[in-house]
Amino acid sequence: MINPSSPVLIEVRGLCASINGIDILRELELTVRRGEVHTIMGPNGSGKSTLAKVLAGHTAYEVTAGTVQFEGQDLLAMAPEARALSGVFLGFQYPIEIPGVANSQFLRLSYNTLQAQRGQEELDPLEFDDFVREKMKLLEMSPDFLDRSVNEGFSGGEKKRNEILQMALLEPRLAILDETDSGLDIDALRIVSQGVNQLMKPDNAVILVTHYQRLLNYIVPDFVHVMEAGRIIKTGGKELAVELEKRGYDWVSAEHEAAGRAMTQEVST
Amino acid sequence: MNSSTTALRPPTVDHLSALLAGQPLPALSPWAAVNALRERAQTALGALAMPTLRDEAWRFTDLSLLHRLTLQPVLSAGELQPADVAPFALGDTAAQLVFVDGVYAPKLSSLAHEGGVVVTDLSTAMATHAASLEAQLGSQQTLGDNVFAALNSAFSQDAAVVLVPPDVALAKPVHLLFVTTQAGTISHPRCLVLAEAGSRVTLVEDHVALQDAAYLVNPVTEIVLAEQAHITHVRVQRDGRQAFHIANCAVSVGRSANYQSVSVTMGAQLSRYHLSVVLAQGAECAVDGIALLAGSQLADTHSCIDHAQPHGISRQLHKCIADGSARAVFNGKVVVRPGAQRTDSAQSSRNLLLSGRAQIDTQPQLEIFADDVKCTHGATIGQLDVEEIFYLQSRGLSDSAARQLLTYAFGAEIVERIPVPALKHQLQQHMLAQTGSQP
Repeated sequence: MINPSSPVLIEVRGLCASINGIDILRELELTVRRGEVHTIMGPNGSGKSTLAKVLAGHTAYEVTAGTVQFEGQDLLAMAPEARALSGVFLGFQYPIEIPGVANSQFLRLSYNTLQAQRGQEELDPLEFDDFVREKMKLLEMSPDFLDRSVNEGFSGGEKKRNEILQMALLEPRLAILDETDSGLDIDALRIVSQGVNQLMKPDNAVILVTHYQRLLNYIVPDFVHVMEAGRIIKTGGKELAVELEKRGYDWVSAEHEAAGRAMTQEVST
Repeated sequence: MNSSTTALRPPTVDHLSALLAGQPLPALSPWAAVNALRERAQTALGALAMPTLRDEAWRFTDLSLLHRLTLQPVLSAGELQPADVAPFALGDTAAQLVFVDGVYAPKLSSLAHEGGVVVTDLSTAMATHAASLEAQLGSQQTLGDNVFAALNSAFSQDAAVVLVPPDVALAKPVHLLFVTTQAGTISHPRCLVLAEAGSRVTLVEDHVALQDAAYLVNPVTEIVLAEQAHITHVRVQRDGRQAFHIANCAVSVGRSANYQSVSVTMGAQLSRYHLSVVLAQGAECAVDGIALLAGSQLADTHSCIDHAQPHGISRQLHKCIADGSARAVFNGKVVVRPGAQRTDSAQSSRNLLLSGRAQIDTQPQLEIFADDVKCTHGATIGQLDVEEIFYLQSRGLSDSAARQLLTYAFGAEIVERIPVPALKHQLQQHMLAQTGSQP
C-alpha cells in the first residue's frame, strides 16, 4: 500500500559491506515506508541475501560505509538481538538446525524475550502452548513440530513454515524474508503467503527477497527493485516483476549501463 | 586393560607407599570371602605403583596434585540427618541406599521390598546370599591389577549390594547415594550388582559431596548381568569442586543381556572414570557419557567395550564440554575378539571447546580380530557455530543467552537419555546454571 505521507520505517543510504575483504554491497540506497511491500529481485550473486543479513546484523559482514536508520535509530550500531527486539525480523534462506533445543522451548524463549522488552506479559509453557497452537493452525502446521528439535529433520518447506511461524509470533515491524519462497510447493507457497499477508498492517512493512515472480501472485508488492553488483539499479511497480519473469535481467543491466554512459558523457561535456 | 603398564615399575618417588603409610587395614570381616579379597588386593598393591604421565593410559592425567594431599582414612562417618541428603532424593524409587564417607547409613536408607529384590549393605546381604556374593565379589578380571581398584578392594569397609532375582523387573529405580562429608579423607565406595536371568533394573550410582574441600573418593562398581538381564546404569559424579574422584567400573554382560549406561561428570577438580564392559554372545550395550567442565577441572574417561563373543551390539556416544582452562580426556577402546563375528559396533566422540584455554584430548580406538563385523567410530572437536548463534540472536536472544542455550543443547542430548525424571530435572537445572555462568 503506497502512501507517500506514511512515515519512513527504514532508510538505507550509501550502504557498502564486504565479507572476507570482498565488496558485496556498493552504495546501496533503499527507503521503505510503513505499510509498504518491497520486493528485491536480481541474479545470483547480486547481493540480495547479503543485504538481508547486513540489515539483521550478521557479524561475518563488515559495513564499510553508509547509514541505516530504522525508526530514527542507527540500526548499524545495534547488536543483532537489539535489532530483533526493535522489530526487525529476518526470515532465513537456510534456517539453522539446532539439535537438542525443542522448537517449543526456542519459540517461547524468543517470544518471551520480546514480550519482556515490550514490557508485556511473558507466557508460561501452558499459556504459550495454547497461543502457538492457534498460530500453527493458520499455517497448517502439525503440533508435532513443537516437540521436535529446532528445524532438525524438517523438510525445506517445513523449515520455511517454521520461519513464518516465528514471524507470526514475534509480529515484527519490518520483516525481511530471504527467499522464503524457494523450494516451496504451491500449497506451501499459499500458506506462507497467507502468513505474510496477515502480518501486513498499516504500521508494518515487508521486504521480500525472491528469485521468482510466482510469489507475487500471492503477495502484491508496492515496489519491485532489481539488484546488480551490490546496488539497486532499477525500481518499478508490480508490473516490473512480470516483465523480469518474461525477459530476464540482461535488459535491465544493459539499460543501466547505457544510462551510466549517458551520465558520464553529460558530466564530461 | 592398562594393567601391564602400571605394574612393576619402580617410581622415583613412591606415592603409593606414601598413601598406604597412613591407612590402617580395615578390621577383620566375619566373612572369609571379604578377608580373602582384601588379602589378595594387599598382596597386589605390593607390586603396583601409582601411574604417572609416562603410562600410556594416564598420559593426559597428572596425579601430582593428588600426591600433594595428605589423606586420612575415614575414622568415623559423618552424622547426617535425612534433610541433609534430601536435595539429592529422586522421588519415587524402589530403594535408596546411602553411604556416608564410604560407610553404610541405614537411618538414611530405604530398602527394597519387592519380589525378593535385595538392596542393602554387604554384611546384611551376606547373611542371606553368601554363596552368590562370594562367587562374584572382586571376580571381575578386567579390574586386574589396577592400582586404584586394588586400593578399593584392600580398604573398602562396606559395599552396596543389589541382587535382582530371575525374571523380576523393578519399575522404579534403585538409588545408590555416596555422600562425602569430610575434607582430607580417602574413601572407597563399592557396589556389587547382580541381575539374574531375565531381570530388569534401573540403577543410579550417585556421588555427591556436602563440602567443598579436597578429598579422594575411589569407587569400584561391579555389575554382572546374567542371560537376558537388562540394566540401565546411570552414573552421576557431582563431587565438590576440589575433590579427586577416581572410579573403576567393570561390567559383565551375559548372553543376550542388555547394559545401558549414561555417565554424567560435573564435579571434582580431577576425575577419572574407567568403564570396562565385556559382552557375551548376542549381548548389547549402550555406553553414553557427558563431561561438563569449567575452571581448571580435569575429567578423564576411559572405556573399553570388549566384544568377547559373536553377535554383540555396542553403541557409544561420549561428549565433552570444556570451558575456562578445563581439560577433558576421552579414550574409548572397542575390542572385537577372534571369533566375535557379526559384531555391530558404533562409537562417536563429540566435543565442544568453549574457551581458547580449554583442552580436549579424544582417542577412539578400534581393535578388531574378527573379519565379519560392522564397526564405526568417529570424533569431532569444535566450537559453537556462529551461524547458530546468529540465528538465535536474530530471534532476540543475547549473545550469551544464545551460547548458553546451544551449550545446554549439546549436553542435553546425553542427559535426555536418563530414564529417571527427577534426576534428569536436577541435572538439567545444574547444566543450565553452569552454562549460564559462563562468560
